[in-house]
Amino acid sequence: MRILVALWALSMVPLAAQIAVRGDIVYTMAGAPLNDGVVLVRDGKIERVGPASQIPIPNGYRTLRAKVVTPGLIDAHSVVGLSGWLNQPHDQEQLERSAAIQPELRAIDAYNPRDELVSFLRKFGVTTIHTGHAPGSLISGQTMIVKTRGTSVEKAVVRAEAMVAAALGAGARAEQGRSPGSNPKAVAMLRSELIRAREYAAKKEKPRDLKLEVLARVLSGELPLLLHANRAHDILTALRIASEFQIKLVLDGAAESYEVVDAIKASGFPVVLHPTMARASGETENLSLETAATLRKAGIRVALQSGYESYVPKTRVVLFEAAVAAANGLTREQALSLITLEAARLLGVDSRLGSLEPQKDADLALYDGDPFEHTSHCTGVIIDGELVSDSVQ
Amino acid sequence: LFWFSALLMGQPTPIAFTGARIIPIAGPEIANGTLVVQNGKILAVGGPGVAIPGGARRVDARGKVIMPGLIDTHSHIGSVEGGDSSASMHPDVRALDSINVRDARIQKAQAGGITVANIMPGSGLLMSGQTVYLKLRDGKTIDQLIIPGPDGTPAGGMKMANGTNPRGAAPRPGTRAKAAAMVREQFIKAQEYRDKVRAAAGDASKLPPRDLKMEGLVEILDGKRVVHFHTHRHDDILTALRLAKEFQFKIVLQHVSDGWAVAEEIAAAKAPCSLIVIDSPGGKIEAKDNNYGTAAVLDRAGALVGFHTDDGVTDSRFFLRSAALAVRAGLPRDKALYAMTMAGAIMLDLDKRIGSLEAGKDADFLLLDGDPLSIYPHVLETWVDGVRVFDRSDPKDRLYATGGYGASHGQGNHVHLCGDEEVE
Repeated sequence: MRILVALWALSMVPLAAQIAVRGDIVYTMAGAPLNDGVVLVRDGKIERVGPASQIPIPNGYRTLRAKVVTPGLIDAHSVVGLSGWLNQPHDQEQLERSAAIQPELRAIDAYNPRDELVSFLRKFGVTTIHTGHAPGSLISGQTMIVKTRGTSVEKAVVRAEAMVAAALGAGARAEQGRSPGSNPKAVAMLRSELIRAREYAAKKEKPRDLKLEVLARVLSGELPLLLHANRAHDILTALRIASEFQIKLVLDGAAESYEVVDAIKASGFPVVLHPTMARASGETENLSLETAATLRKAGIRVALQSGYESYVPKTRVVLFEAAVAAANGLTREQALSLITLEAARLLGVDSRLGSLEPQKDADLALYDGDPFEHTSHCTGVIIDGELVSDSVQ
Repeated sequence: LFWFSALLMGQPTPIAFTGARIIPIAGPEIANGTLVVQNGKILAVGGPGVAIPGGARRVDARGKVIMPGLIDTHSHIGSVEGGDSSASMHPDVRALDSINVRDARIQKAQAGGITVANIMPGSGLLMSGQTVYLKLRDGKTIDQLIIPGPDGTPAGGMKMANGTNPRGAAPRPGTRAKAAAMVREQFIKAQEYRDKVRAAAGDASKLPPRDLKMEGLVEILDGKRVVHFHTHRHDDILTALRLAKEFQFKIVLQHVSDGWAVAEEIAAAKAPCSLIVIDSPGGKIEAKDNNYGTAAVLDRAGALVGFHTDDGVTDSRFFLRSAALAVRAGLPRDKALYAMTMAGAIMLDLDKRIGSLEAGKDADFLLLDGDPLSIYPHVLETWVDGVRVFDRSDPKDRLYATGGYGASHGQGNHVHLCGDEEVE
């Protein structure tokens, strides 16, 4: 029986399981970048990392060369796979408007791993996305973490239930004549529902209730509330709700977060910052290109996101977002961390992802120059030890 | 003539920028370059040997890059509006009658290094109105930003669109063929109107009654007004070229998402292309194949390639990304910089005045602290007609460059993406 299991496990290992990646600069994100570094990949995991002078490449390893090697990039909040490329009703699964509060909607039931935008992001070196339901209703549904590979969500998934997506401000407003129609109404509805969930959780005998089961897990701290809030006062409202219910919060968007740095810092909650390429209008009219640097310098955990786009273009690219951060107050390494290790930590997957260290998943991105320069190219992408892209993008 | 009187021209004292890396576009880069400007014009460009007039103010520009001001061939800054839903074609409607020069997005465009922009109404109509070419001067009135054309009237083109954006319930067309038929019908009327005017030979008794719509169309037929034709899909691009050929009008193809698919045809028609470079494809069916490589494909085919922001579809402060991303996909570096400047000037028929750093041209230029195709440098200063309109070291200007609280102050309620008429 043990042999059978071992054979089955072997059959799951992709071809070319042994790869050596040698880079002029290897950003491991675990210590200083390596000059002329080598990353050995075996059976889907990182085997060894170090200077080429100290790590001989064993026989049978396929060697890939690159100017720059980074961990596979992590997009800390996206809707890719749910909000499809074509933007037609049939490929838009990120928002269901029949009710304001729908935490029972699972991201895994909505994800299309074959959507063009999944492979589009992958070609820039994005190997992991935290994706799911979009801002647009008070509680729109769940999010999940997937690799940008696989032909089914089962093959792609890293964590099937990551967070519960919610929104304040304009993102929470229901259509004409339905609630919530105002900010305080949205907060009242959210508080009522969390109180109901608390009472539900306390009951010993209870009928199953998919909504309240999920919210009970938010209350227990198992699932963070990913709360979209851009205006400074909406961010403070988010913190007020988190404090009342003692829930874990991840601030999403947070365009005016630089105005309330002290309060965010005191809360200890992290920020998944809006894309700067998103238009500075409406609730994001005061967005600043320097916010990532401001928050980081204040000691607030920050990661970057491609966000939600309702029209052309259909997604942003976190590689470009980190480049903006690098040009506006952060060092290159700090900016890179916002789409690698810091993102992994924020998402709670840093034991597997986010840096090039032995035993971690072999997710790597290869570039022919500074990855942040728009004139550079991603020349290779490795996910779980498999070369999934070697075309130049 | 009142257009001229309002213009703010640079100082009579010459200013000499020395020691800069100059990208003149009109010739090879100059490593240790000097640029001299006076009275809003370029007096001289060259190496360290350029004669600097006595009394000139000298600016040490060592470590800086100087290049011509960027030309945005398609923008919606200034809360611009066009025609309404009463008709599909509005050749009488002028963008200049709607522009708010206090719109913060004009300041942001200056911060992005843009010195001239073609301000257009939206693409929700077959012909949404006359566009206006603006110099992004610091002005309190639209008159101060206008560029007088050869006859003294404000320079501008005409916005047209095909594909899905202008479709809808009547009076909009319901199909592509209907859209083309409606356009042809109006141009044929305009030809008849023009012929009557010509036949009258100045005799007032024989002139047809003035018709502003017909006058707008006749300006297109006479070549006075370039048609800026919003078009994405390969077959729509060819339809636009077919109409331009039938009515012999000057055309600039705008967006041209599928340009890569019909590059030979575009080049054969000698139709310039103003491209949008966006983060990703998709968002609507017509833009599903939009990609960074279109500029390179069109350039190889021999078409003139420029870029635009379509602000607010992309932010004017990121305009230089267009060139860098096109280079990523194979456009030669010099062509990319040409596309941001001189190609745009040609598309707006302003190439004698702007688009390159040459003696006698307008003193429209920018200073950067590094290579324009690199992500790290910033635009430090933007100059229009010899006047500095953006200075990153000034906190008020810097706010527009970086964003922050109040950076959109003064912005109108223009809903660009969701509004019925303004969809790009």
